[in-house]
Amino acid sequence: MNNITPYSSPHYFIYLLLLLLPIMIGLWFGKRFKFYDFIATVVILIITFFGGNMSQGLSLIFYILYEMLLVFVYLSYRRKKNNFWVFTSFVVLAIIPLVFVKLDPLLKNATISLFGFMGISYLTFKAVEIIMEIRDGAIKDIKPYEFLRFLLFFPTISSGPIDRFRRFQKDVVKVPTRDEYVELLHSGVNKLMQGLLYKFIIGYFFGTLLLPKVQILVMSYRDQAPLGISWALVAYMYVYSMYLFFDFAGYSLFAVSISNFMGVKTPMNFRAPFKSHNIKDFWNRWHITLSFWFRDFIYMRLMFTVIKHKWMKNRVTIANFGYITLFLIMGFWHGETWYYIVYGIFHACAMITNDAWLRFKKKHRKKIPSNKFTEAFAIFLTFNVVCFSFLIFSGILNTLWFS
Amino acid sequence: MDEIKNKIVGILKDVTGLDNVGQDADQDLFKDGVLDSMATVEVLVTLQDDFGIQVPVSEFDRSQWSTVNKIAQRVQELE
Repeated sequence: MNNITPYSSPHYFIYLLLLLLPIMIGLWFGKRFKFYDFIATVVILIITFFGGNMSQGLSLIFYILYEMLLVFVYLSYRRKKNNFWVFTSFVVLAIIPLVFVKLDPLLKNATISLFGFMGISYLTFKAVEIIMEIRDGAIKDIKPYEFLRFLLFFPTISSGPIDRFRRFQKDVVKVPTRDEYVELLHSGVNKLMQGLLYKFIIGYFFGTLLLPKVQILVMSYRDQAPLGISWALVAYMYVYSMYLFFDFAGYSLFAVSISNFMGVKTPMNFRAPFKSHNIKDFWNRWHITLSFWFRDFIYMRLMFTVIKHKWMKNRVTIANFGYITLFLIMGFWHGETWYYIVYGIFHACAMITNDAWLRFKKKHRKKIPSNKFTEAFAIFLTFNVVCFSFLIFSGILNTLWFS
Repeated sequence: MDEIKNKIVGILKDVTGLDNVGQDADQDLFKDGVLDSMATVEVLVTLQDDFGIQVPVSEFDRSQWSTVNKIAQRVQELE
């Protein structure tokens, strides 16, 4: 038996629904069975990580023990003292396993990433959130089983959405009333159906049926024009963008749906991102839990420090410095290849341009028309900028130019 | 309380450069795009300096700071 990637095959859904049944019956009658929840989590983790050679599963166990040690040592330290450098060291230590995993392909040395398993990024986001909120005093107490329950919550373990500890905790300590649970089941079934449509029909059409064909076309025009630019490449850009959205949004819908069945209101990850009016708007609608995580735990903290210590004066410079730092980190997080980093820089530039435009618009409000056509144009422009960024992200340019 | 509110409206005007901010003390500042992340941080830092309060960034729950009235209430609690 091999590892089963969550939500990727009918098998997974069958196992999942069977395991969920007792939880759902319990919630229907107003009960949470803590012990059963634990068993179900173990079973799902075994299906996901311990098929085949078990290396993923062992990495997961080591990783969890390591992060748990960090969080609880920091918690007991923070009760007595609050030194900035101690805090920073713990954050760095919490990120190190992820850094190794990300550096691995670059060093071509499979031995350093002992912690490699699917979903390590998402668990790291959660662990770092907890350390940061312990520092701020927002989390004053956390029990080991609460930590485990939050990190190993299986509907979202492999690719998010990234929930927040205090929000998650509120849901799991209470049992929804019958009416609330009926509402949650309703929302869960809707999202499950929408997810099936997105991932297995639309996403499959674009990603599995169309994309490989367009890629062959792109490669066939390779020598026809400078840099291999062709209409096929333009087609690839749109097809890939559609695939990326429907596949990932479909997956996220499954995760939210299964959470709902378990009485947890995991936040949504997408909100009609292709209807964004500008690039800032886009980041409030695309992979929302990730961009909000970056906003709250990197951007705002960085801005806070810079403004508080008056490292820079000009607010435009500060904001732009923040965007570049933020999107570079996001680029490096995606992976150590040139196209992820260029993708990050491209989005930073788009944000900076957008801010400049908004400032210009504010000054000349009376002279700039604003109507249905300008709105449609804004959506069209944003959509194309975003699709272009996904073309960079897709890595096709790397295949086209360098292989 | 009114004094706190006036001070907050003054800070919001300075940060956003908008003169009509705070006319409606229940206006949702985030939804209406008055405050973005950057402006939010500037407001928080100014609140810290002017009122001598500590607002940790993770305590900062947008829904609790979304209107002039709510900000005033939070400031009073933290003072």
